[in-house]
Amino acid sequence: MSCLIRTLLVLLLVSVPLANSLAQDLTAGDMKSLDGQVQEIKSDVLGIASELSNLEERLLYPSNTQVSLFVALAENEDFRLDSVQIEINGELATHYIYSFKELEALQKGGVQRIYTGNMTTGEHQLNVTIMGKLKSGKDFSESDSFVFSKGIEPKALGLTLSGPGIQIGSW
Amino acid sequence: MRRVSSSVMVFLLGACFAASSGHCDELNDLHFGEALYYAHQADYFAALERLDSEVIQHGQLDEPELGTLQYHINDAEFSLGDFELRYRMHHRAGRAITAVLEGAVDERVRNDAAYRLARIHFQKNQVDDAMRALNRIDGEIPKPIRDDVEFLRANLYLAQDKPEESMQVFEKLEDSDSYGGFAAYNLGIAYLQDGQRSLALEQLDRAGQIKTDDPAELAIRDKANLVAGTIYLENGEQDRALPYLNRVRLDGPFSNQALLSAGWASMATEQFDRAVVPWSILAEREVTDRAAQEAMLALPYAYGKLDVHGRAAVYYGRALDAFGAEVDKLNKSIDSIRDGKFLEALVREEIRKSEDWVIRLRSLPETPETYYMMELLASHDFQTGLQNYLDLADLRRKLLAWEASFDSFDEMVAIRHEHYEPLLPDVDTNFRELDSRLRLRREQHKMLVKRRDDLLTTPRPEFLATPEEQAILGRIEYIESQMASADVAFSDELAVRLKRLKGLLTWTLETEYHARLTEFDRNLRSLDEVMAVARAEYDQYVRSRQAATHSYVGYDTPINRLRTKARNSVSKVELLMARQGRLIEVVAIEELMARRSHLENYGDKARFALADSYDRATQAQAKVTSE
Repeated sequence: MSCLIRTLLVLLLVSVPLANSLAQDLTAGDMKSLDGQVQEIKSDVLGIASELSNLEERLLYPSNTQVSLFVALAENEDFRLDSVQIEINGELATHYIYSFKELEALQKGGVQRIYTGNMTTGEHQLNVTIMGKLKSGKDFSESDSFVFSKGIEPKALGLTLSGPGIQIGSW
Repeated sequence: MRRVSSSVMVFLLGACFAASSGHCDELNDLHFGEALYYAHQADYFAALERLDSEVIQHGQLDEPELGTLQYHINDAEFSLGDFELRYRMHHRAGRAITAVLEGAVDERVRNDAAYRLARIHFQKNQVDDAMRALNRIDGEIPKPIRDDVEFLRANLYLAQDKPEESMQVFEKLEDSDSYGGFAAYNLGIAYLQDGQRSLALEQLDRAGQIKTDDPAELAIRDKANLVAGTIYLENGEQDRALPYLNRVRLDGPFSNQALLSAGWASMATEQFDRAVVPWSILAEREVTDRAAQEAMLALPYAYGKLDVHGRAAVYYGRALDAFGAEVDKLNKSIDSIRDGKFLEALVREEIRKSEDWVIRLRSLPETPETYYMMELLASHDFQTGLQNYLDLADLRRKLLAWEASFDSFDEMVAIRHEHYEPLLPDVDTNFRELDSRLRLRREQHKMLVKRRDDLLTTPRPEFLATPEEQAILGRIEYIESQMASADVAFSDELAVRLKRLKGLLTWTLETEYHARLTEFDRNLRSLDEVMAVARAEYDQYVRSRQAATHSYVGYDTPINRLRTKARNSVSKVELLMARQGRLIEVVAIEELMARRSHLENYGDKARFALADSYDRATQAQAKVTSE
């Protein structure tokens, strides 16, 4: 009896994975073939996305009126950025609240395009308010105002945020 | 309030992406930084879309070396391959990385690229290609990947059935922080592959005793002990097997198999009471686990051996009930998969937010099937299939959203067309008039500039005469000509007066010449400024006028082309999703059916053994009664 059960148990244990691996082998080829096709369609859709972005930019933000604002964190900053609020000429342009993943991406050196809009040529006023928490656990809020000039070419402004302040520069 | 400096700004990068870290510490191209922002969030589609466009645009510049991406071009091209790899576009990634390998890049970048290419080939089971790529590594290897390279090399040797070569590499890696435990275990496997059983067991013994608190290394330590114990067990050396099996942690991923083997080791030496201990623990564990199911049958078997047939019958009964319940669950799971519920659960948003989404699938109450699919879910091909299905679902979502936006674009273009079309003819008429006047003024300005420049080299005082002086000069010249052509002679006094007048005027023009020239120059410079303002306003107008036309003309073709492309892609994606989904379902159902068949067989055995145990218990009872 003991031998019988042991043998049966062993046989069952051995035969099941074998049957499985056979089934998996049969479909492995199909999986690989589909994988190739999935890669192709990914490539196609990336191409569409790229064309669409260009079209959108031309249509929504023509080069002569385009203004873009980018946000980066200063190097080795360990404060927790919670939100950034941007006003242009006294009107709210954006109020962005950061998720953990987004903050981590900024801390690793990523640059976020926080705003893209249209503006006439001439001078404009920019008010930036950042809120967050310092490493000590203390909440902090910082505001600063800047004046920038918009010409006939697209304008890109970079905001570098740090615990103590905000820096801005043209691109 | 501060004024934004017009000088170009440079962001400091805390770190670059992946292997490129250390190669750049300043960011000069915002769009590259933007791609990194998405890549750091594992949104490789968005990262690729931006970086791909940026690299293409950079290549199309007349002087790419003056573009901002030029500072990062090597990193950008490398990152492109890296993102493609992470987005599971191995074909394109392979091409991109090969391009980096063949380009004039930094030695470290090239070596990193070679490693990544080798890894792609290894993942695709192309062992020889992987080794060839790895052999292209020459010179300095970036520090973060040095051990990765060697570990891959050793594994490739193992895959090529070259255990001796792999042993040499694994031995060097035993002190590695990241691969120490793995190298120690793999070295044991290499010895086994080389047929050196005793050395293999010695090595596995060492690997099974490494001091660590890293969860991955603890798991590999357990695996080393399990493998060593299994080798001894298979060789009939149960006493030597048990210490190794007992070393496996009770809460580790290999504990179930170790408990099962420990029970069988005791059974083989007829220590039935000792077999009951691990099997009792195991029989209470997750019922979907293969080892736990076997233990549910093995435990009463051990009790039977101990002649405790009554308890054996009870445990066989429990096993029978449990197997029956699991078979029912499996039937429901198979039906659920056939109804498409598994695929529905897969595409749920909250599941995919986590990196370990495959593991989290188990936590879904609506998908009982996933309990039985952990082995399948752990296989590379099946995971690739699942991930592809999710990627296709994402692509479909994107494409459908874009399709909706094409109508908005059409509407926007139509509104602009309606707004500008009636206005522009009048604007153009006014502009033409203004344009001709401005052209005239420009010509006049040019002429004055030329005159000033001429006067600087060839002084002509009469050119700077006032209109009044010019009139007088003209009158004098007229009188002179009249006098010259007259038939009668004029008095000398008249000629003298005329000469005096002319002399006076010439004196004034000559003596005031420099002052007048200076004044003329000053006035002309003021005019230059006014002309520059007029020119700028003119240019701005021309741009605005062009922008008005560009805001609605020329969009029909690209919008329609993109609409067609998106529509075709949706069809392709849906077709592929259906095929990929079907394949996943087939494989999953086959797995579940195999497990069901396995459980049904167990059930049959339990039923037979239950009856046998009852018989024996009854006989034993009868014997006791008769005695």
